[in-house]
Amino acid sequence: MTTTQDQTQDQAAIFNGTATFKDSRSVDGTDTRAMPAFVLGEELAELAEVDPRIVVLTADLGRSNRTTDFAARHPDRFVNAGIAEKNMITMAAGMAASGLVPFAATFGSFAALLCAEQIRTDCAYPDLPVRVVGHHSGMSMGFYGTSHHSLEDLAMMRSIADLTVVSATDANHLRALLRLSLDHPHAMYLRLGRGRDPEVYAEVPELVVGKALTLREGTDLTIVTTGSEVAPAMQAADDLAAAGVEARVVDMWTISPLDRDAVLAAARETGAVLTVEEANGTGGLGSAVAECLLDAGLAPRFRRHGVPDQHVPVGPPAALYAHYRLDGAGIAAVARELLEGN
Amino acid sequence: MDLADRARFVRTETVRLTRIAGAGHYSAVFSCAEILAALYYGELRLDPARPDWPDRDRFVMSKGHAAIGLYPVLADLGFYDPSELDTYTRLGSAFGDHPDAKRIPGVDFSSGSLGHGLSICVGMAWAGRLRGSDHRTWCLLGDGELAEGQVWEAAMAAAHYGLGNLVAVVDANQLGIDGFVADVMAAEPIEDRFAAFGWDTHRVDGHDLDALLATFDALPARGGDRPQVIVADTVKGKGVARMELSPDWHVGNLVGADYDDVMAELTA
Ligand SMILES: Cc1ncc(C[n+]2csc(CCOP(=O)(O)OP(=O)(O)O)c2C)c(N)n1
Ligand SMILES: [Mg+2]
Repeated sequence: MTTTQDQTQDQAAIFNGTATFKDSRSVDGTDTRAMPAFVLGEELAELAEVDPRIVVLTADLGRSNRTTDFAARHPDRFVNAGIAEKNMITMAAGMAASGLVPFAATFGSFAALLCAEQIRTDCAYPDLPVRVVGHHSGMSMGFYGTSHHSLEDLAMMRSIADLTVVSATDANHLRALLRLSLDHPHAMYLRLGRGRDPEVYAEVPELVVGKALTLREGTDLTIVTTGSEVAPAMQAADDLAAAGVEARVVDMWTISPLDRDAVLAAARETGAVLTVEEANGTGGLGSAVAECLLDAGLAPRFRRHGVPDQHVPVGPPAALYAHYRLDGAGIAAVARELLEGN
Repeated sequence: MDLADRARFVRTETVRLTRIAGAGHYSAVFSCAEILAALYYGELRLDPARPDWPDRDRFVMSKGHAAIGLYPVLADLGFYDPSELDTYTRLGSAFGDHPDAKRIPGVDFSSGSLGHGLSICVGMAWAGRLRGSDHRTWCLLGDGELAEGQVWEAAMAAAHYGLGNLVAVVDANQLGIDGFVADVMAAEPIEDRFAAFGWDTHRVDGHDLDALLATFDALPARGGDRPQVIVADTVKGKGVARMELSPDWHVGNLVGADYDDVMAELTA
């Protein structure tokens, strides 16, 4: 069986392995170019030049999340906790209780699922400025399988009081989130993709927690989406426009608190709402939007589009996105179904 | 059975399957290739025709990312047809980066999140004793994995319940992902730590097949009451000089001439 570039997961890039003899390496080029959105370590290193409160932790995944870029510049403010995520999160809480602003990063599966109770009880309940960074979220780990997927993290994290839940859309958006986080008064869960999200924001956007960003105006329906699905949703909107359907696209990067005004405006002004997320459709963004609509007594045409309530099959990420219609073409098809009443 | 040849087979199959996937975990398999060969061809009580045989020995690969080295062994033993391996990581395949017990005969438990396997094995060993079976339960752990607190919760429980039918093997290959375990979060002294938890400890050169088999033979009878740990000193990436103890090869992809060079090195 041949392996096309598209089918290939490129694990070397996932782990940022710099594996190379002569020409062997990650399949699509160098590690950094393979992960353009992984500005986490670099941006935090920059911010730490002027903010002495910033410290960074990871759990044997510094090469994967590029916190190595931070460690190189601020070795004394970097903690590699080893493969001990729960200890990492609660240590971060101790640091936050001592005046620091810790960023603790690991795969979303381990950050949110393994450490859920540590996040609730040690970070959110004491209302400490811990920044839990869950990267390679959703099913972006592809054929690593369920142990490495975090399709439940949005549902779990948004049900925790005093925890702010946000998704990063691309490199510039992540920069904005990190800057905003420095003086945010609550604990945060920052949900990141696998570092290969295409550019959506040419500039670093202005962000206010609780205010979504409308990326495209439209009158026929609104696609409310987040994180890794923003770029494919924009592509879907282009496809739809070519067929005469004008979709508004809302980047709901602020999952909790949700931007209720943006949701209600979408329902009132476009009459149809499609939520799109790389997460289990139960309890995540779609559920949050549905709750918001029903609480306000609105019942537009509505569809939650995410991963069905099942463990996803083995497969490279691109194959899984196509399989679940979470790529641009798939989203456009689901939007047409919604409008046609199917 | 030529165990050295089977260890070589584990390594070459890992290289071959990784090419199907586009990248994979070479070095974590290379460090435990002899361990897998000695266990599967020289120790475990299995019947490939009856993967659900209640009295089979259990094996849980807690360092599940080395599954790519286990799949060919299970095929070779007859649990399934080797041609199925060619679907490795493709959409819908039974064979992903981590082992799936629901889909793969011969895999006793799914793994992938480090730190869980020893607890699974405590449960299995406890259940085996309750059911009056004399099977052993084996667990393969990474050395970086020992940082997980759950490993030590399980270690405490295994001794508390007197599970002499449980054997943990630590693939002490010196590296995790980010670097040397000793630098990131020191696991040593591994034997002393297990001993303090009430385990019998053994230490062996994990690339010496005879020494591994001798260590297995020297384990107390299946009915003992102290859990056993074998700390296997290994080299992450063993067998490919440029991968040995290199943190750059936890995950990688060999292409072009490098693929052929590595295959030649492994089969020389
Ligand atoms: C709970 C958990 N955290 C992190 C990971 C990601 N991860 C996969 S392999 C690995 C390093 C494992 O090191 P070690 O246990 O020494 O195994 P080796 O590969 O060296 O055999 C890490 C951190 C994981 N699979 N599970
Ligand atoms: Mg190791």
